Amino acid sequence: MLEALYRTARALPLGRAPASDPACSGVQITPAGAEARFALRIRDAGASAAGLPLDGPINSVRGDDRRWIARLGPDEWLIGSDEAEADQLPAAIAADLGERAHAIVDVSHRNVGIDVSGPLAAAVLNAGCPLDLGDAAFPAGSATRTLFGKAEIVLIRHDGATPRYRVECWRSFATYVHGLLAEASLGVGETARR
Amino acid sequence: MLLIACPYCGNRPETEFRCGGQAHIARPADPGALSDAQWAEYLFIRDNPRGIHAERWNHVHGCGRWFNARRDTVSDRFLATYKMGETPQSQESNSILSTSTQAEARA
Repeated sequence: MLEALYRTARALPLGRAPASDPACSGVQITPAGAEARFALRIRDAGASAAGLPLDGPINSVRGDDRRWIARLGPDEWLIGSDEAEADQLPAAIAADLGERAHAIVDVSHRNVGIDVSGPLAAAVLNAGCPLDLGDAAFPAGSATRTLFGKAEIVLIRHDGATPRYRVECWRSFATYVHGLLAEASLGVGETARR
Repeated sequence: MLLIACPYCGNRPETEFRCGGQAHIARPADPGALSDAQWAEYLFIRDNPRGIHAERWNHVHGCGRWFNARRDTVSDRFLATYKMGETPQSQESNSILSTSTQAEARA
């Protein structure tokens, strides 16, 4: 399929940048590989579509690291999956939703993911994001659209003992967001205290 | 940073929001019957009160929803936020609602 070929040829704006921990503070900043993502809009969604739950509360994420669905608003979801699944997923969702009016848009090329993990990850993110990222306000399983510096991002907190965040930004912001994360990580931990 | 309570997302930083101007301006039922001056008033003339003001806000860098808010323009304090189509809870709001159109407010 043309789409499949097109995906294979996709260039990642951050390249194959290795995981980095510039300040040795335990905060790992890792550009994610190519993944498929879809924006789903539907009013009065049912319980699920293609095995993805649609009934979660606003600003929550369901699923695992490989296949997740984040509810960003009352009628808006962002779906992430493996590229291998990308060609089948829209058809599977459309089949489950049947006659109900909806829009599912492939935004794989628009979004770039950056994983930020470590005990001080929230402090790094708070350098550019004014959200309260404490455990009470933003526990594991939370996901929301917000701002990081001047860029709009989708921030997802995956399950895990140590905080693991996924920052999803638009590709033209990727170098800015990645650079700002790296810069911010210099300001936390032992290095900053010296 | 000022926190604004989005009716969908809860308290969020103000930089995620955009203000959409005065709220509760009803479109005239029969625009053809209005004079140019009345139509211009509906389109362009807005209240600029010193005190409580009903405004539309958009959580643009969040859930993307529009909602209404009652804000004190002196203290910049948000007294209430409520979804589109809902009526505000408190007493003072009734006076805001009853003057929902410019024409009524000026009558």
